[in-house]
Amino acid sequence: MATITLDKINKVYANGYHAIHDLDLDIADTEFLVLVGPSGCGKSTALRMIAGLEEISGGEMRIGDRVVNEVEPKDRDIAMVFQNYALYPHMSVYDNIGFALKLAKTPKAEADRRIREAARVLELEEQLKRKPAQLSGGQRQRVAMGRAIVRQPAAFLMDEPLSNLDAKLRVQMRAEIAGLQRELGVTTVYVTHDQVEAMTMGDRVAVLKDGHLQQVDTPQNLYDRPDNVFVAAFIGSPSMNLFEGVLTLGGGGQEGSLTLGSQTISIPEKVFEERPGLAAYDGKPLIYGIRPEDMEDASLASQPAEPHIHGEVSLVESLGAEILVHFGVDAVPVDSGDPDAVVELGDTAVVVARFSPRSPIRPRQTAAVAVNSERISFFDPSTRLAIWD
Amino acid sequence: MQPATVDNGASSSGSPSNRSRARAGLAFASPAVVLLTLFMVVPFGLAAVLSFTNRKLLSPLPTRWVGLDNYTDVLGDSGFWGALQNNLVFSAIVMPLQTGLALLLAVLVNQKLKGSVLFRTIYFVPITFSLSAASIIWLVLLNPSGMLNTVMEVVTFGAFAPDWLNDPSYTMAAVIIVSLWASVGFQMVILLAALQDVPKSLYEAAAVDGAGAWKRFRNVTVPGIRHQLFFVATITMILSFRLFDQVWIMPPRPGGPLDATNTIMVELVDTGFERGQIGKGSSIAVLFFLIVLFLTIFQRKFEPAD
Ligand SMILES: Nc1ncnc2c1ncn2[C@@H]1O[C@H](COP(=O)(O)OP(=O)(O)O)[C@@H](O)[C@H]1O
Ligand SMILES: [Mg+2]
Repeated sequence: MATITLDKINKVYANGYHAIHDLDLDIADTEFLVLVGPSGCGKSTALRMIAGLEEISGGEMRIGDRVVNEVEPKDRDIAMVFQNYALYPHMSVYDNIGFALKLAKTPKAEADRRIREAARVLELEEQLKRKPAQLSGGQRQRVAMGRAIVRQPAAFLMDEPLSNLDAKLRVQMRAEIAGLQRELGVTTVYVTHDQVEAMTMGDRVAVLKDGHLQQVDTPQNLYDRPDNVFVAAFIGSPSMNLFEGVLTLGGGGQEGSLTLGSQTISIPEKVFEERPGLAAYDGKPLIYGIRPEDMEDASLASQPAEPHIHGEVSLVESLGAEILVHFGVDAVPVDSGDPDAVVELGDTAVVVARFSPRSPIRPRQTAAVAVNSERISFFDPSTRLAIWD
Repeated sequence: MQPATVDNGASSSGSPSNRSRARAGLAFASPAVVLLTLFMVVPFGLAAVLSFTNRKLLSPLPTRWVGLDNYTDVLGDSGFWGALQNNLVFSAIVMPLQTGLALLLAVLVNQKLKGSVLFRTIYFVPITFSLSAASIIWLVLLNPSGMLNTVMEVVTFGAFAPDWLNDPSYTMAAVIIVSLWASVGFQMVILLAALQDVPKSLYEAAAVDGAGAWKRFRNVTVPGIRHQLFFVATITMILSFRLFDQVWIMPPRPGGPLDATNTIMVELVDTGFERGQIGKGSSIAVLFFLIVLFLTIFQRKFEPAD
């Protein structure tokens, strides 16, 4: 058990590609830290540098108090779960799980006890004699987990361990891994591109984009107070709706307003009191975001006084407990910088709102949408940083 | 494999597509089948028949059946047993040595180092020479005052500079060196291809699990290429049993000196063509075939399971 510290870590690959820029992370003992970001942002690279599988080009890496920049993977006392599991194909499940113990010359009886205990926890007791090729995807995943947990290492490193499972199994394993980690109390760095996994599993989540760390915080804080446009759009599903608009300041008993294309959204005075930084943007364009859950069918809105916007509905997706309503407005949409997200840039933006299933709205109708304008997020249009204060 | 394909097509209740697949299978198999029949099966059948006759290359006397006379003759001849022993010794040394060396070279040239492509080429080039050409090159190198001994004298301060080809205690060693040099590249290439197919993540998993370079080699590399290793060992065994060119060309006389490098192939060619005893030579060919067949079947018992 140990802390893991990344101090201005850089990675430049042999071909000159600078994959990680000045990455600082302090991972506490027993913490579950999730590293999340779109594919290609450098998550695996960062994790592999912690494991020692990738050379560190600059900065200092510490596990516990020990600087490990030049330490071989085998001497770092870490266990890793690979995306493709990397099970030894010629070894039985038992031998796969016990391989590290055998290498560490753990006494046979003690190794046997630990292997069987891991197999029991992971419900692999029936499969101990089988070879990996004879297992289902979920069972292979468990063997890979077993290989990590028998070791009782200083840290677990997991690189998208659930991405090869089907959706249902993924949800189940997500909870199991998180539970197991809490039980064992082993410091864990978990890589995923799936923000739902990140939010549900991590004590803290580090968001990475193009090799730059965007923000590290608890899931709730990332969601409530994203530092910038990218984090705001990346965390949450469906994504925050982002637009460019012009802000007019309120004050002295006067409400402010915000343009959404040809429409305006009134902004209560309270917002300007809480975020004095907005004063600098009076009459100027900025970027703002509205989460789908901060909108509701106006006919059902709890506070009829909330500002309304209107748009033609293009799609209604019913999810049972809620419905997702897609409607068009004539505002300028904003590209958050997430390469995996599809944003059609142009003069019309598609807004996604999360309505109560009681809403009678149908496609091709014009929706009247109530907006909880106290919860709108604002960002500087050039730095793209959030304006919270 | 081809016959299996044909079988499948033919036996599965002749729908048109199955029949046409069977025909396609036959068509693809036929060139190989025809050539193998023409150049392997027919000559071997002829040899088998001739081995029961007293056929001579040039003889006024008519050929007649002699039953097992040729076989009792060959098996009663100490020359044959000496040759067989040389063959066995040669194969017993060359098979592990060449497989091991090929593996070592394959691992070395598989490193991501500058010049590894150059070395791959260098080790492979001898394969493009015929064995006779290789033997002739080495005749020069193995001359008592040739290049090999010049080096040997330097590194051993003159203590070791044998007359490789005339001293019967060293001739087999010389033949082994030449054979390794001439054919290790082939095995190396097969093993190199196998090495490159071992998933990189297995090495990484093993490294994280605590395995150093040797343990990774033992637990990832070797199991990962065990089928190809077995194949290489089998092929090396069969090919090494056919030892001929080197021992025909390099010693002062074929199989010499003092029969130190005499082999069954030398016996066969010597009996059948030099001395014109086609019938007896044929019986050596049949015996040779049976021995190799037996060794191959025996070796298959050690084939690694999946
Ligand atoms: N060996 C390599 N050489 C050069 N570039 C690489 C290498 N490995 C990864 N990259 C690049 O580094 C970036 C980050 O890769 P990676 O860490 O695998 O991303 P992620 O795991 O977040 O999807 C990618 O753009 C990728 O193309
Ligand atoms: Mg990755």
